[in-house]
Amino acid sequence: MTDWPILSTVTFLPLVGAFLILLIRDDSDNARRNIRNVALLTTVFTFILSLFVWAGFDNGEAGFQMVEKTDWLDSGISYHMGVDGISMLFVVLTAFLMPLCILASWESIQSRVKEYMIAFLVLETLMIGVFCALDIVLFYVFFEAGLIPMFIIIGVWGGKRRVYASFKFFLYTLLGSVLMLLAIMAMFWQSGTTDIPTLLTHDFPASMQTWLWLAFFASFAVKMPMWPVHTWLPDAHVEAPTAGSVILAGILLKMGGYGFLRFSLPMFPDASLYFQPLVFALSVIAIIYTSLVALMQEDMKKLIAYSSVAHMGYVTMGIFALNQEGIQGAIFQMLSHGLVSSALFLCVGVIYDRMHTREIAAYGGLVNNMPKYAVAFLIFTMANVGLPGTSGFVGEFLTLLGAFKANTWVALFATTGVILSAGYALWLYRKVVFGALSKESLKSMLDLSTREKAILYPLIAFTILFGVYPAPVFDVTANSVQALINNVTVSLDAAQSAAAN
Amino acid sequence: MTPELISSLSLASPELIIAVGALALLMVGVFSGRRANDIVNGLAVAVLAGAGAWMLLFAGHGKAFGGAFVSDPFAVFMKVLMLIGAAITLIMSVGFAKAEKFDKFEYPVLVLLASTGMMMMISANDMMTLYLGMELQSLALYVVAAINRDSARSTEAGLKYFVLSALSSGILLYGITLVYGYTGHTGFDAIASALTDTGRQLGLVFGLVLVLAGVAFKISAVPFHMWTPDVYEGAPTPVTAFFASAPKMAAMALMVRVTMTPFEPIGPDWQQIIVFVSIASMALGSFAAIGQRNIKRMMAYSSIGHVGFALVGLAANTEEGIRGVAIYMLIYLVMTLGAFAFILAMRRKDGNVEQINDLAGLAGTNPMMATLLTLLMFSLAGIPPLAGFWGKWYVFLAAINAELYTLAVIGVLMSVVAAYYYLRIIKIMWFDEPDEGFQPMAGELRLVLGASGLFVLFYVLIGAPIGRMAEAAAKTFF
Repeated sequence: MTDWPILSTVTFLPLVGAFLILLIRDDSDNARRNIRNVALLTTVFTFILSLFVWAGFDNGEAGFQMVEKTDWLDSGISYHMGVDGISMLFVVLTAFLMPLCILASWESIQSRVKEYMIAFLVLETLMIGVFCALDIVLFYVFFEAGLIPMFIIIGVWGGKRRVYASFKFFLYTLLGSVLMLLAIMAMFWQSGTTDIPTLLTHDFPASMQTWLWLAFFASFAVKMPMWPVHTWLPDAHVEAPTAGSVILAGILLKMGGYGFLRFSLPMFPDASLYFQPLVFALSVIAIIYTSLVALMQEDMKKLIAYSSVAHMGYVTMGIFALNQEGIQGAIFQMLSHGLVSSALFLCVGVIYDRMHTREIAAYGGLVNNMPKYAVAFLIFTMANVGLPGTSGFVGEFLTLLGAFKANTWVALFATTGVILSAGYALWLYRKVVFGALSKESLKSMLDLSTREKAILYPLIAFTILFGVYPAPVFDVTANSVQALINNVTVSLDAAQSAAAN
Repeated sequence: MTPELISSLSLASPELIIAVGALALLMVGVFSGRRANDIVNGLAVAVLAGAGAWMLLFAGHGKAFGGAFVSDPFAVFMKVLMLIGAAITLIMSVGFAKAEKFDKFEYPVLVLLASTGMMMMISANDMMTLYLGMELQSLALYVVAAINRDSARSTEAGLKYFVLSALSSGILLYGITLVYGYTGHTGFDAIASALTDTGRQLGLVFGLVLVLAGVAFKISAVPFHMWTPDVYEGAPTPVTAFFASAPKMAAMALMVRVTMTPFEPIGPDWQQIIVFVSIASMALGSFAAIGQRNIKRMMAYSSIGHVGFALVGLAANTEEGIRGVAIYMLIYLVMTLGAFAFILAMRRKDGNVEQINDLAGLAGTNPMMATLLTLLMFSLAGIPPLAGFWGKWYVFLAAINAELYTLAVIGVLMSVVAAYYYLRIIKIMWFDEPDEGFQPMAGELRLVLGASGLFVLFYVLIGAPIGRMAEAAAKTFF
């Protein structure tokens, strides 16, 4: 078991599924059913394998585990995979969300099913690869390559303004990333390697750190997204098909936060401290401003998209609080948001499939004929607000605690975001679910089908489980985060004493 | 025959094979009647392949003809690329020749003659060889550009290319005389040692600028690019494919050779020029391509942009930089050949079409073609893990090491701009409503497009040996 390259298997298994689908001719209903089944089986199997990764993971070990390393290109660029406490759960989250995405697209996608499923499976490989890569070039390849399937998914199966949204998504993200590419090259020449574990122990000169940090920040801030470079997100979310929104909110946004934790913090600690006020300011603006914007939305997906930006504000704030609570909270918040925002988009997808509109005003009184849906939506809305007992609370509370230790004012302003999020989330819920069922067209809507239950109920279970008992997550992350913070503190102390001398 | 002549002839044997082959094929063409084109075309491909195989197996490395001609790993690398470009474009012209009554057996012969010139350019180690090789190539290319005599656009393209190219040859020649005047030599090695001894004088800088201008014209770098869009659009498509592939390889090899050998001692002087030309080419290629409606014209601007990216590596003036240029040109060649195989296959019942809008909804009508072109477009845009990304990786890696940060930042930003027009093609194929599809691809085009698509997709698996070959080629100059 230990010799088996399990990370590569988990990463590239979806590609095998994509290849199988490539061989099926997409011209009959039968073929489409086969394609869907192959995609579902592949993703389920990948998820099961990813559980083996979790099972085989040693919580006591702070470094990288299940490492695989092979020579790849010249200049010492190697194929190097491995996970630690920070990345491992993202692999599981990705593998968990994918079968739900396939199920969510079961009936809503009727045209070009084959291309759709291939795009999703390729995307899964690339997303898992991002979290497993231990070579910075390999990381960049996975990170950037994800744009290709996502561009196609938004552009082909998206809504009315899909072309605009897909171009904006692609070019915005690419623009951020190319600067990171140059920074990677500069790091290679400075340290002579592209190996992440080696780079983690390399001391970059302080002046260089500033530039490198900014270049990485350009990429991750766009991906995250942070205010003011978040504007691609509402467009992409609104136009993408439901499963595309789920992947965007659930996984792609997390790559930004993961990038900060993997690169910016440990490799450029001095610059991270130096830019801490900037990140805090942007995070607080994101939390308050985008929450206010969310209050004004008439489109359900747009509202959830803005709420995602606000919640990512907590993540950046927690990460740059540079303490145990903040970072643990940020990781937890990312995982929880991966569940909750995905679930919210799936909830919107459920009624969108029936009514084909995302206008909040078009709905109302759904509780009367869709009680199960109303309960599920309520739980996710509460989790989005951060109600204690749901996973949303744990992450928000810890990031605020971390921020409070670092800077009281930041925590004070950020806390107002909790109130605002209750405002827009409850408002949305009331408009859509409560009230009288007065609109004729809504009266014939059916409650959740078995397929939809299979999608939403596991998410409910995990949202509540991690809200009540978050320990499994913290057990995994604790040691790696502690090591990360020690690493940062040591570097900062060394820099301070050097400055004092 | 003296031993020196024998060894010289053996070093130049690939060139001799192609030159003799061209003359022989002219005779074959004259006497073989109606099927002349097919026969000559096939034989020409065989001659190119034979010359390439001969070069790899038997022709060694060294200097010939009193140092005027050099065969070294870099020359061999670039010659292989150039021969592949020429041979594949000849293969791709077969179907077109039948369909469009473009059956002139002079075409393969002229391609062979141009190839001889290009081989000499790549191996030039003396201003004389440089000029002779370039003129032989140019004379053949003038005729090739205008080979479709009955088409006004083709004739215009040929004439335009002739006038501008003659001008650039004049500039080049003037530059050579200045260099000769200030150093007293035409041999590259002798010029280099003269420059090391005496330092550079102002007049020599003029000579340098003029020589580089002449070569920049051949690689269609800004500001000497004006002929490119018109020739690309006006010439028959197989000819455009040829223009976009083989001559670019030869001229880029020449650019590297001229900067790295005779002008090596005055690196800082030509580096400034290359940086400027590179930035200008990347910017113009990226912005001007956005508005194009004709896919051949778009490819012209795309090629200008790609030359700019390749020059980023040269601007670094390091071994990594030359390695980057070599890898970039290899990847660019494969992508260009694939893209032109696609353009040649844009056929409907009433002939070939060239408008970008004709691709509308191709993913629905010809999914395989659309997928392969999508891969090529993402690769041209430089999105990993496709080959185009690795080309950019190596050149920018060198630029960062040479501390050319401004150039690198502008370069990557331009690559984002360029991504826009490549994405537009993908958008038209995938997002737009289907138009009438194309006729099934001819076998040879299918092969080229498929091979090119597989190459860009699987470059990540074969990148290591390619990188080693390019590194060996780059070692020539260091």
